[in-house]
Parts: sequence; C-alpha cells; structure tokens
Amino acid sequence: MSSVDTAQVRIGRAQKRALALGVVGFLVAVILGWTASQKAGAVAWQAFVQSYIFAYVFWVAIPLGCLAILMLHHLTGGWWGLPIRRILEAGSRTLLLMGVLFIPILAGLSRLYSWARPEVVKDDVLLQHKLWYLTTRFFTLRAVIYFAIWVILASFLNRWSAEQDRTGDRRFKDRMEALAGPGLVLWGLTVTGAAIDWVMSLDPHWYSTIYGMIFMVIGCLAAMSFSVVVLSRLSDSEPLMDCVQPKRFLDIGNLMLAFVMLWTYMSFSQFLIIWSGNLRSEIPWYQQRVFGKWAPIAVTLLVLHFFVPFLLLLQRGVKRRLHVLSRVAGLLLVLTLVDIYWLLVPSYETLAPQFRLLDIFAVMGIGGVWLAAFLGQLKKLPLLPLHDPRFEGVLEHGHGD
Amino acid sequence: MKRESIYGLMAEFETPDQVLEAARRTHAAGYRRIDAFTPIPVEGLAEAVGFDWTALPALVFVGGLLGGLSGFGMCWYANVISFPMNIGGKPYNSWPSFIPITFELTILGAALTAVFGMLALNGLPTPYHPTFNVERFELASTDRFFLCVKSKDKQFDLAQTKAFLESLKPHGVFEIEN
Repeated sequence: MSSVDTAQVRIGRAQKRALALGVVGFLVAVILGWTASQKAGAVAWQAFVQSYIFAYVFWVAIPLGCLAILMLHHLTGGWWGLPIRRILEAGSRTLLLMGVLFIPILAGLSRLYSWARPEVVKDDVLLQHKLWYLTTRFFTLRAVIYFAIWVILASFLNRWSAEQDRTGDRRFKDRMEALAGPGLVLWGLTVTGAAIDWVMSLDPHWYSTIYGMIFMVIGCLAAMSFSVVVLSRLSDSEPLMDCVQPKRFLDIGNLMLAFVMLWTYMSFSQFLIIWSGNLRSEIPWYQQRVFGKWAPIAVTLLVLHFFVPFLLLLQRGVKRRLHVLSRVAGLLLVLTLVDIYWLLVPSYETLAPQFRLLDIFAVMGIGGVWLAAFLGQLKKLPLLPLHDPRFEGVLEHGHGD
Repeated sequence: MKRESIYGLMAEFETPDQVLEAARRTHAAGYRRIDAFTPIPVEGLAEAVGFDWTALPALVFVGGLLGGLSGFGMCWYANVISFPMNIGGKPYNSWPSFIPITFELTILGAALTAVFGMLALNGLPTPYHPTFNVERFELASTDRFFLCVKSKDKQFDLAQTKAFLESLKPHGVFEIEN
C-alpha cells in the first residue's frame, strides 16, 4: 500500500509546483498588462485580455475534451477507458473553475470584440444586423448557460462514478450510459456556441459553419494527449502499473491518430471551401493567416500538427510504448497551443505575430492554476475505477478486449 | 523441389490456454517453424509462435502512397497539361482542389493493398495443404486447438520432436504426411 501513497504524494508535490507557477504567471501577466496599458495610445488592459483569451481558450479546451471523451467512453465502452477514466473525470471537474476564470473575459468584452464597441458598430451596417445576437448581456447569458450545462453534466457523471466505485452497483453504469448520449449532443451544441461566441466573433464579419467542429476536435485531441502525458508520468506507480501494458495503448494511440486526422479533415475542409468560394467576406481571414508573416506558423501546423504525428501514430511500435506515445502527445499539446494562437491572435495582430511575453505568462498563469486544480481533483479518488462492470476481469486476466 | 515425406507434427489441445502455453514452450525450446490453428482468435498466440513481423503494414503504406501520388498526378495532368481551363481565375495547378481526390485514392490504394497483400502473403487461395491429411484437423474449425511443428525446422527430428510434443500433454500427436 505504501506505493499508493507515492502516487498521491507525487501528485501533491506537482500540485504545489503548478500552483506556484500559476500564481507567478498571473502576477507577471498582470504587471505586464498594466505596463502595456501605460503606453501612449493604448487602451487600458487591452493587451492583457487579448493574451488572456488566447491562453484561456487553450486551457478550457482540455477539460471540455475530457468531458466529451468521458461520455464517449460511457457510450462505447472498451478497456482503453480504464487507465484514463480518472484523469478525464478529474479534468471535467475543473470546469467550474474555468467558469470563474472566464470573468476577466466578460470584464474586457469591449477590449476584445469590436461588436461591443458602439463607436465601431455606429459605422458598420453589417454589425448592426448582428446586434440582436452579439450584445454584452446576451453574450454573458449564453456563457452562463454553457458553463451550467457543462458543470451539471460533469457533476452527475462524477457523482455516479464515485458512487459506483463505493458500492459496485451496476445501476450507475446504466445511468451514466443514459446520460452520455444526450450529454454529447448538448456538449456539441454548447461547444459550437462557445466557439462562435468567444472566438469567431473576434472577427465579427467572418463566419464558417465548420468552426464549432474544429474546436470540438481540438478539445478532444488536447484532452487525449493530456491524459497520455499524465498517465505516463504516473505509470510506474500502483495501481496504474498493473494496467499499463503495451497492447493496451494501441487503442488510445489509434484514437489520437483518428483525432489528428479529424483535425486535418476539418481544418482543410474549411480552407478548401473558403478558398474555392474566394469571396470578399471570407477570404481575408485566410489571407491574413497563410500569407506574409503568419505563413511560417501555418506551414508549421501542417507539418508538425499533421504529417509528423500522423506518420508516427501509424506505427504500432510508437503506440505500444507509453513513453514514446507520451512524447507524441506532448508534441500535439504544444501544437494545439500553436493552432489556437494561429486561429485567434491574427484577429488583432493583423499583420504579423508579435510573440508577446504577455502571451507566455498568461498561458503559464491560467495553466498553473488549472493544473493545480486538476491535480487536486485527481488526488481525491483512487486512480483506477475498479468497480465498473465494464472493466471487471480486465485486471485479473490481463487480456481484456 | 525436394519434398520431405513428412510435412511436420501436429499436436491437438482442448483449450486456448493449453495451446497458448504449449506454443510458448515450443518456441522457448528453440523451434521456429511452428504454426497454430484455432477455431477462435486466441490473444497472444501469434506472438507465442514467434509471428512478430509482417511485411503487410509496409506494403499498405506503399500502396497508400502510390494511390495518393497517382491521384494527385492525375488531377495535375488533367488540369495543367491535358486540358488547362481557367476556373475562377485560379492558377491551373490549384493544388487544394486536388486534395480530396488524392485523399480518396490514398485510401483506395491502401485498402486494396491490404486485402490483396494479405491474401498473397498468406499464400491464399491454397486448394491443397498437407495439414488436411490429418483426419482430426477439421476440428480446428469447431472446438479443438492445434499446434504444428514443421519438418523444415532446423531442430526437427521425428522421434525427438514427437517426444517433446508428447511432454506438453496434448490430446494427441499426429504425423502430417506430405
């Protein structure tokens, strides 16, 4: 039993480190944000909220993806959920915190979104037609609804899972299954809404119907990669050690491969349609992102977010070795951050990426705080859901299907 | 081609665990030309008989690559060389519009290679096989599990190998005539 403590102790230590990083990151970001506000002609706190939303979208994608993959697993079953189930659950329990961390964005709406600036809307007929939807009050209401749905879904799934672990009662499995179907539909709708509200409306003239899907895939890929990284960090401790077997990771690696391909499919479909149409209302969004100073980032995404992980994840040798798979997962997490940078930031740094220090500290600040909350949640329950009927016999025989 | 009069020896087992254990021990005893026949997939059996490498993934990759290249090449040839047309003022070599075809033909090439490569590497179709000479072998498709040591194996010696297989406590050991 002493080795169980080791995992918990290790998580506890990592949690303290993450919290320290988060607090430092936040403080530095606020100082940098304040300094930027003092420059002549700067709008107070504008640079800060711009960096903040970039970091926020990245870090909210992971718990949202956790929630989706958790529900996906309740629907489909499969042993691949066994080693990552607790990680996904802990991730989904941080959504309330993400709701609290959304407040700075609400406070800085007029600094982020041109539709929230009356002096811009006054001269923009197109925006005036969109004003029934893009109002501060309605935007806030929608954000509250999204978070309420996510937090309620997560809390039911987590409560039942904990009850199941305690009692071993099969009824909880049925309940979780029953919630997962409609839950995933709600998840899809709300994530689409959030992607349109929070990210797409940074360019209020531009629109793309596949945008929500792109963010769903980003979330799932980020959550899957994050789980693999966490798992490999904890894999040499009880009780995970027993279920960390090479062939077990094939499915997880295959899911990562599927999400990498889905990301490419979605991103390319959007590009192909807009490129073919070549319309003045749509094409500038891509012109900004694939020509000029932003072009190297687009090429980086194509190579490192598609070709490299795709070719690596095709190989069984990579998928069967957890420490190799976790390197690929780490690469994908970094590239997801780059992808979100490329999607969001050109909306306000129109000509070239500025690579502001503020961006880095915002990522560190929100990330540290989020990670500390995640690890705190992960610590609360045993690392494996041993009483789930789906996993019965898997650990004893070592060859579950 | 020189043919041995004996193709090999066949041991019959009653459960998947028995055949799995027997396969592991046979492989550990140094036999390499071994094969197993079971009515249901037995996890780990392929590894146990030493089947750890197949050319199929590499073939499928090459098939997919060739499919993709031919898809792109076809689009490029049609739009740039054979029948250049001004479509919406775009350049003739508008590669983004070639990607869907490239993608489809990659899948087609990979899938066809997978199916026919699998058949070819398995030597299928095979209308005659020496194992059919063992009368009880037809049980391999109902409820019995068979392990075969081929006479091509360097270590193969009819009497010794037979004694070794007997030591694995099978239901029976049969000689396979060629």
